[in-house]
Amino acid sequence: MKSNVGKLLSTAAIAATISAGATAATLDDVKAKGFVQCGVSQGVPGFSNADVNGEWSGIDVDACRATAAAIFGDAQKVKFTPLSAKERFTALQSGEIDLLARNTTWTYTRDASLGLDFTAVNFYDGQGFMVRKDLGIDSAKDLDGATVCTEQGTTTELNMADFFRKNQLSYVPVVVQKADEALSAYASGRCDVFTTDKSGLASHRTKLANPDQHVILDDTISKEPLGPVVRHGDNQWKDIVTWALFVQVNAEEMGISSKNVDQIKSGTTDPGIKRLLGVEGDMGAQLGLPAEWAYNIIAKVGNYGEVFERNVGPSTPVGLPRGINKLWTDGGVMYAPPVR
Amino acid sequence: MSDKTKPNNSMLNDAGTRALIFQVLLLSVVVFVGYFLFTNLQNNLDNRGISTGFAFFNEPAGFPILMHLIEYTDSGTYGRAFAVALINTFVISMLGIVLATVIGVIVGLARLSNNWLVARLATVYVETLRNLPLLLQMFFWYFAVLAALPAPRDSYEFGDFLLNKRGIYSPNPSFQDGFGLVVMGFILSIFAAMALVVWAKKRQTRTGLWFPAYWSSLGLIIGITFLAFAIAGFPLEFDLPQKSRFNVTGGMVLPPEFVAVLVALATYTGAFIAEIVRAGILSVNWGQTEAARSLGLRDNLTQRLIVLPQALRVIIPPLTSQYLNLAKNSSLGAAIAYPELVSVVMGTTLNQTGQAIETIGLCMLVYGSLSLTISMFMNWYNKKMSLIER
Repeated sequence: MKSNVGKLLSTAAIAATISAGATAATLDDVKAKGFVQCGVSQGVPGFSNADVNGEWSGIDVDACRATAAAIFGDAQKVKFTPLSAKERFTALQSGEIDLLARNTTWTYTRDASLGLDFTAVNFYDGQGFMVRKDLGIDSAKDLDGATVCTEQGTTTELNMADFFRKNQLSYVPVVVQKADEALSAYASGRCDVFTTDKSGLASHRTKLANPDQHVILDDTISKEPLGPVVRHGDNQWKDIVTWALFVQVNAEEMGISSKNVDQIKSGTTDPGIKRLLGVEGDMGAQLGLPAEWAYNIIAKVGNYGEVFERNVGPSTPVGLPRGINKLWTDGGVMYAPPVR
Repeated sequence: MSDKTKPNNSMLNDAGTRALIFQVLLLSVVVFVGYFLFTNLQNNLDNRGISTGFAFFNEPAGFPILMHLIEYTDSGTYGRAFAVALINTFVISMLGIVLATVIGVIVGLARLSNNWLVARLATVYVETLRNLPLLLQMFFWYFAVLAALPAPRDSYEFGDFLLNKRGIYSPNPSFQDGFGLVVMGFILSIFAAMALVVWAKKRQTRTGLWFPAYWSSLGLIIGITFLAFAIAGFPLEFDLPQKSRFNVTGGMVLPPEFVAVLVALATYTGAFIAEIVRAGILSVNWGQTEAARSLGLRDNLTQRLIVLPQALRVIIPPLTSQYLNLAKNSSLGAAIAYPELVSVVMGTTLNQTGQAIETIGLCMLVYGSLSLTISMFMNWYNKKMSLIER
């Protein structure tokens, strides 16, 4: 119910706001109110999840925090709006949130027709399948006739349909409004298969009673580049969100982390690093940000590697390997344009 | 001027004209505000590069739907998916209304029963069901149903019927050549039965003789249909459900989502209807019952001919709102994967096309029309049942 009301309200909001919204500078609005309003998920451990104290953490949450750190020098100046998959775009379109970081897949239709812009990719993902171990299945091609549970309002639904059609397999879809209930339906045996992005599978598996009894199949049936989204038409704001992420990737590449950033800042002779950390020149001004914007991101949030390890890395309950999200120098696809 | 002395009878002082002017003014304000909102919306959508229109209806939807009562493959169009969802909403609403009414009447009468236990049980039912949120009850039924049933491999079997977590599987009838005759026979028999009922009623008015019209018309329908079936050479075959690796294949399936939504809607609304029925019956003066008894009418005839017709006049108006509530509450089915309108149109279709205003507007239109139709039917019925004053 709540989601429907929210959607109606935000639709009404689109209808009611005078057309200034599209061109208004989000940065000015954010500076005026003193925080970034960030749309996140309703609970995907490792990506955006609130703990018992209401403290949010995750890769997507850190994308919000990095933006806040760049603007205010304070990673805590973020307010979070938990959104269901189907609410998320309307909430951004209507201006309810400034930034959507909700494990959202970058696709052509979303970029072209929704009045939104994708910024950069903070996690390269792909859709996979989770099944019970005792079914003895090791390939998605064996899923003919299976019943599949999934959350509504995601690219998952379409990929799943394409995959089964392409391989001429039949299946029964059970599409549930919220991920948690979809998972409960799977756990209760309504479905043979639970499908979503592999990162999501790993994080949802931690919520099951006996995670060991479930296995994530090796097949990856889609490309799911996940990243923060902003409204179309505000280029400055888009650049800020994009470069907040690029700075983190560049920092990892240069070997700058939250632990050694102060030391490097005072000791370095490298002009590139001096420019990045705001010791020389004023790179921030070009985006309307303070000179130390990049320093603040690294010091307050960390580099990309730190963010990954802290939230979804092998030592966390989610336990994802770095895989293709390694830096390009290590054989992955994480590559950011240079800051200069 | 010259007419200064004349009483002022200009058009502006005419009450009718003034009323007209004010109405025209009000109407133009409403139209202008509507026009402004609409163009403003259109501008905003254009500025944000959001595409609009219903063109997507003819595009392939690309997603399958759990339950479809008309032919639907995952290469069907969005328009087709909309039709499937519409039918699912309609079916669950109508079945829910029928079932809720049956439950409501039984429980309502049970609360008035002289049997202490029956009356108390009915009270407990009403007070529990109507005081818990419907969404909660829906989750309860869904997960209770799922927890209680076995996996497909260990299905309960009743002849050719199978029951498991994936639903109730029954043989799927496939109609062979000549089945049209059976359908014709069935339609014919219904007309025959209607004619019989009318004849029996007329005869009773004329002569006072009673004829068991309902039972004999039931016999007529079954008899004629079966006869046509036999003449056509039993043109019906069944596709039986078979257990396969994951699920059951073949046959017809009633998914657990459908059952859970139906049970939740019917039991919840049934509790409200029970109270309405009880209130209606209590509103009929006890003197009516006493009078009927003193005329020598048996108890069930007293109820059927004297009390219920009078109670109905009190029952129908609030009953209408319960029916409307039930139809609208069916949208909660989206929460447990029942593929009704909100789930398919405002959920999947909206997500894939991004046409928020179109899809939500469409859903509002459908619920509006559904409610108005129910309302119109109930108003007609209310008029028919109301006291005819002479």
